[in-house]
Amino acid sequence: MSHVHDGAHESSHESSAGAANRVKTLVAALEAANVLTERELDETVESFLAHAQPANGARVVARAWVDDAFRERLLADGNAAVAELGIDLAHWAPVRLRVVANGPGRHNLIVCTLCSCYPLALLGPSPTWYKSDAYRSRAVRDPRGILAEFGTHVDAGVEITVWDSTAEVRYLVLPERPAGTESLSETELEALVTRNGLIGTALV
Amino acid sequence: MGGQHGFGSLQIESGEPPFHHEWEARVFALNRFMLRSGRYTLDEFRAAVESMPPAEYLAASYYERWLHGIERLVREKGVLDVRPG
Repeated sequence: MSHVHDGAHESSHESSAGAANRVKTLVAALEAANVLTERELDETVESFLAHAQPANGARVVARAWVDDAFRERLLADGNAAVAELGIDLAHWAPVRLRVVANGPGRHNLIVCTLCSCYPLALLGPSPTWYKSDAYRSRAVRDPRGILAEFGTHVDAGVEITVWDSTAEVRYLVLPERPAGTESLSETELEALVTRNGLIGTALV
Repeated sequence: MGGQHGFGSLQIESGEPPFHHEWEARVFALNRFMLRSGRYTLDEFRAAVESMPPAEYLAASYYERWLHGIERLVREKGVLDVRPG
């Protein structure tokens, strides 16, 4: 099976050069047809990278850790709660945010088995492993094996729920507040939150 | 792909850049621009990518799959057609 895996993972230099040429041709044709300009494409990427940041997800989590009422609103209606923090989720298309909370005996893991749906606005650009065939195929079958590859150990007694994202619904894991952080400020708590903690491949 | 066997172990890259090639950023931008300007919907895009022939799909990298989807929708939607005067 390794031939499938190798091919699926990173494009070869040759196919990457081929894709680069196809993109060039396509952009030139779209520009000639007055559909868009190269400048608009550059601005699209710049604006995305400037606004879609894992720091947004960290802000949401830290607020939920310090404010129980916010936590309840976040779990009840993710879109409305993050809007309170000025975060707009409607990046590609309108999506519904569902926040799933880790707790004693309960761990959550996020995947998109069909493609790569991901809460971009809250986590920034998704990592290649999230989009890989290996993660997408195995997260739903062997979540503990996946976690082990990240060096993340979840006790056998802890139930793991795997959430499969769709075009309409995006998930975000609300990790447990680490023990011994009672004296930390909200900003200090934000610094403890990692992207992988919000996908569920790491503990916070 | 959920539940399928045979795709090996994860390759986790630390400090990964958002895009590995400039053309990947272009593909990302193209898709975002097309979606936002209503040229096609996210469902149509997903369907276009998922309808790639399986062998081609498995041999393509992530953004090559996207490029395939965009090219297909640009054709199907007649995005390049010149509109009458």
